[in-house]
Amino acid sequence: MRGLFEDVPVRAAWGLIVLLVVLYAAPLMVGSYVLSILILCCYLAVLGQAWNVMMGFAGQLSLGHALYIGLGAYASGALFFHFGLSPWIGLLPALVVSGAMGALIGWLGFRFGIRGVYFALLTIAFAEFVRILFDHWGWIGGSSGMFLPVQNRNIDMTASSIANAFWTLRGPNWIFYYVILTGMVACLAIVRLLMRTKVGYYWLAIREDQEAAEAMGIDVMRYKLLAVIISAMMTAFGGVFYAFYNNTLYPESIFSIDRSIELLLGVIIGGIGTLFGPILGAFALTWLGEGLTITQDRLDIAGLKLLTYGVAMVAIILFRPAGLWPWIRRLLGMAGRPDA
Amino acid sequence: MLEVRSLTKSFRGLVAVSDLSLSVPKGSISALIGPNGAGKTTVFNLITGALRPDSGQVLLDGTDITGKRPDQACQAGIGRTFQVAKPLKDLTVEENVVVGALRTSGRVADAKLEARRVLDLLAFGREAAKPAHELTLPDRKRLEVAKALATKPRILLLDEVMAGLRPVETDLMVETFQRLNRETGLTILLIEHVMRAVMALSAHVTVINHGSLIAEGSPDEVVRNQDVLDCYLGQEED
Repeated sequence: MRGLFEDVPVRAAWGLIVLLVVLYAAPLMVGSYVLSILILCCYLAVLGQAWNVMMGFAGQLSLGHALYIGLGAYASGALFFHFGLSPWIGLLPALVVSGAMGALIGWLGFRFGIRGVYFALLTIAFAEFVRILFDHWGWIGGSSGMFLPVQNRNIDMTASSIANAFWTLRGPNWIFYYVILTGMVACLAIVRLLMRTKVGYYWLAIREDQEAAEAMGIDVMRYKLLAVIISAMMTAFGGVFYAFYNNTLYPESIFSIDRSIELLLGVIIGGIGTLFGPILGAFALTWLGEGLTITQDRLDIAGLKLLTYGVAMVAIILFRPAGLWPWIRRLLGMAGRPDA
Repeated sequence: MLEVRSLTKSFRGLVAVSDLSLSVPKGSISALIGPNGAGKTTVFNLITGALRPDSGQVLLDGTDITGKRPDQACQAGIGRTFQVAKPLKDLTVEENVVVGALRTSGRVADAKLEARRVLDLLAFGREAAKPAHELTLPDRKRLEVAKALATKPRILLLDEVMAGLRPVETDLMVETFQRLNRETGLTILLIEHVMRAVMALSAHVTVINHGSLIAEGSPDEVVRNQDVLDCYLGQEED
């Protein structure tokens, strides 16, 4: 754990601690609506962090990350549905399956020198391929979906029933909130630690210039594969959460490209290639979206949400192409490594 | 130390390197020169595995490394710089060098110490903390050398690192290489147009034109060689 807070400015460390205290105390202070939005924020932050490992740090564009959400969700969901296995046990095969799928796609792409947008197309192709496969796979419900039984929406506040709710991920929303919030913090910590090792430096080198990286003795294939696998596994964790939080799984919606795009928008807004950008982006975008939905309904102006959304995106891409976080970090006077 | 045997490479019928042999003795500084388009950089790319030769062999200390990938060539002990510098633009100068140093020192803390040493050697001062994309051309060249040196190569391949430097800077660079060679026994093979540097540095010069060897020997011999003069200056009409 040494190195987790190394080189973090004192102010930033305190800011982070205050933020975490507020987030962890949130269920005591806010209603169910706000809590559900916070869950969505953390969920998207996990996915964004995962995607950012591949794109932001190792420089490999994926537009098919919905694939790993879906694989994670279905692997753990099906094991619970058919065998009653806890999601925490289901998490293991979910990680393995997603990691293996990531390795396969990465290997195919990198082995044949497919780079940039062409690699991105490959990732979309695989997501679509698996979607169609799952649409026709009876065991997991095919295109008519899989529904996880909803239990224990209200639990006793005893230690054992709370522990049980956490173990089975069947319970009230605050259970889910703590799981995904902790997941978000864990992902942040994992990526930060990774970025301070050889692996992190090598990813950045590959992102900046693959030929230069090779000339410095970096086995590019190996480190790119590692990035895809780690990214896929983190995304699969998000997928497991999605399955148990949502309880309904349709291949059509879970593997859709909309989902792949949704998870990367936050990173672009927050700041690609930064550690805090995906989190900031996920929170900003989700709250903006919710706010606009409410305003739209109040004012009864159809399309207001999408319009404003679009304008906000264009504005950020035009004026803050590096994302909000690098800019805010400068305003706060915290210079330093771009990934701090 | 480095031995190249009848290396041949053609691109769609255009022969870039043809039946070229050269050897670089351990601890020496040798130069590979020739007019533009002679195939010098192609030779480097063949040695470092950026390109695969059509035929021929590359031996490093007797081990065949022909057709190895660039990272494997580097692991085998070949460090190289690129003619058009390839800095890792968004990283700082120090981080660039740390990446190279991580080859031998797996821990980042150790790599940082090694990087510091290399940066000092190449007289990087305050620039070390700058992002690499802010560097001037001479500094980028220096960074190329630093990145390659940080991987602790046994032989260093320098592709026109003096181009664009002022004479004073060239002399400084020459001095650095001489010191490295003297103190650490580093073997160097350089491609260079700046004759001032070639003459000062190298004990042995290989001249190629149109991918084939036309002369080799000491710098003094080579510059008096008629074939060499012809290919640089053109032939006199009879």
